[in-house]
Amino acid sequence: MCSDPDTLSGLSWLLCYLTTVKHLSLYWALGTVLLLLAVTAPAALLFGFFGAVAARSHFPPLSWIGRGYIAIVRGVPDIAFFMFFVIALDQGIEWVRHQIKCPDWDLPIRQGSDFLVCPQAKMPLSTSPQWVHEVYGFWIAAFTFAIVFGAFAANVLYGAMRAVPHSQIETAEAYGMSRRQTFWRVLVPQMWVFALPGLSNLWMVLIKATPLLFLLGVKDIVYWARELGGTKTPQFTDYPHGDWRMWYFFGLLVFYLLFTRVSELALDRIMARLTRGQATMGGERQRKAAA
Amino acid sequence: MKNLILTTAALAMSAGMAMAESHGVVRLGTEGAYPPYNFINDAGEIDGFERVLGDELCARAGLTCEWVTNDWDSIIPNLTSGNYDVIIAGMSITDERDEIIDFTQDYYPPTASAYVAASDAADLMGGTISAQTATIQAAYIAESGASLMEFATPDETIAAVRNGEADAVFADYDYLAPIVDASGGELMFVGERVSLGGGVGKGLRESDTELRDKFDAAITSMKEDGSLNALLIEYFGAESPQY
Repeated sequence: MCSDPDTLSGLSWLLCYLTTVKHLSLYWALGTVLLLLAVTAPAALLFGFFGAVAARSHFPPLSWIGRGYIAIVRGVPDIAFFMFFVIALDQGIEWVRHQIKCPDWDLPIRQGSDFLVCPQAKMPLSTSPQWVHEVYGFWIAAFTFAIVFGAFAANVLYGAMRAVPHSQIETAEAYGMSRRQTFWRVLVPQMWVFALPGLSNLWMVLIKATPLLFLLGVKDIVYWARELGGTKTPQFTDYPHGDWRMWYFFGLLVFYLLFTRVSELALDRIMARLTRGQATMGGERQRKAAA
Repeated sequence: MKNLILTTAALAMSAGMAMAESHGVVRLGTEGAYPPYNFINDAGEIDGFERVLGDELCARAGLTCEWVTNDWDSIIPNLTSGNYDVIIAGMSITDERDEIIDFTQDYYPPTASAYVAASDAADLMGGTISAQTATIQAAYIAESGASLMEFATPDETIAAVRNGEADAVFADYDYLAPIVDASGGELMFVGERVSLGGGVGKGLRESDTELRDKFDAAITSMKEDGSLNALLIEYFGAESPQY
């Protein structure tokens, strides 16, 4: 049916238009964004957890590392950090591989503006198919996202750990729990309820930050919206149209709005679950409602 | 002295050979937003004059090539940092670019750039002219006295004229011609055409001399047997400049 779009009109034209292979790239990119979130959120939480634990450590060097990580990443603008870190990480990996794989290489790595490691050290190898390059680029981006959002999560968790009532810790110690037991059995289970408002904020910001992928060279939905929405002249496509970027970006807006709304509902349920039995105002309210 | 030159030459050659071995696959970087030079077709593939030309040159040079797209803004930095090996993106050979990267000989003669506006009364010397960032056209407008409005993609430079942000757009004639044709009289060529740049060539890292020589030879062979001219006519019309 879509073999001769010129004869189509109205809905059937639109259906054919929206199912071109090029449009499938856009839908695929939606998947990329969701995958990024699915990977980044737990990774950032993990980074945040270790950052917070390090920051409150009684061993000064560890505490400095934790605090330094939080301060540096939180202080540098996201875009600047993304631009710098992705290039530095990519070249850093290649440099290390170069040192390991080509110890006999005698040409300089930096020749003018060229960055030249030996062919075996390239990451990914230039012989790898294009999809390997894209997957690699995606993971570099996901790692960078996790580092950036991990610093914010660390700060939130650090605050949440301090917000757990001190009497709870003292009680645990009075029962004879060691420091480690107190931490895992009393502090960690109780801190989430204090952390969740901050973490849910972070999650919203993370969703909204996914278009930064576009800056990192990953072809995300913003790239495809701009590419597909631009004016198409009949010489180069079966589906010529004017400047439709506004409609494509409107579509993105609806997508993000729906997605954040669904997240809000889910987070509300998590909050209700975490509040159960906690010594907080919310927990008290739940107890009374049930009674 | 003679010895020194010989050693450097030998060194350069052996380095070149090491490079050539490394090129099991040559990665070609293009913009994918600049019809008829290069664009992404409905099937989501890179298409256009440079796609056909690039594939043919790789075949003649006996190379396996793979295509990648990259934003125009960062197309040179990503070449020098090794994300791909060749730029084939309608890039004019200029002295400024030649300081950072190397070019093959031109496969498209020095290009005519032209103004397109929504009315023939557009003020080209004192008005606002849109052009794509980091192009020879943008550099020309910056010198011309008009106020320059830069955009990251060629498509946005046209959109700026359509919605009245800019009085005119200044770009390659070949890029503008299909757009003016399809606009149904909304857009028109105004003013004189201007010849800019030293022709369009492939960009390579300065250290990649071996690969550059291979492509140079392939371009020469296409110029000699007339197949390059045939391609130019197919994509840019019979009145396009030829070799």
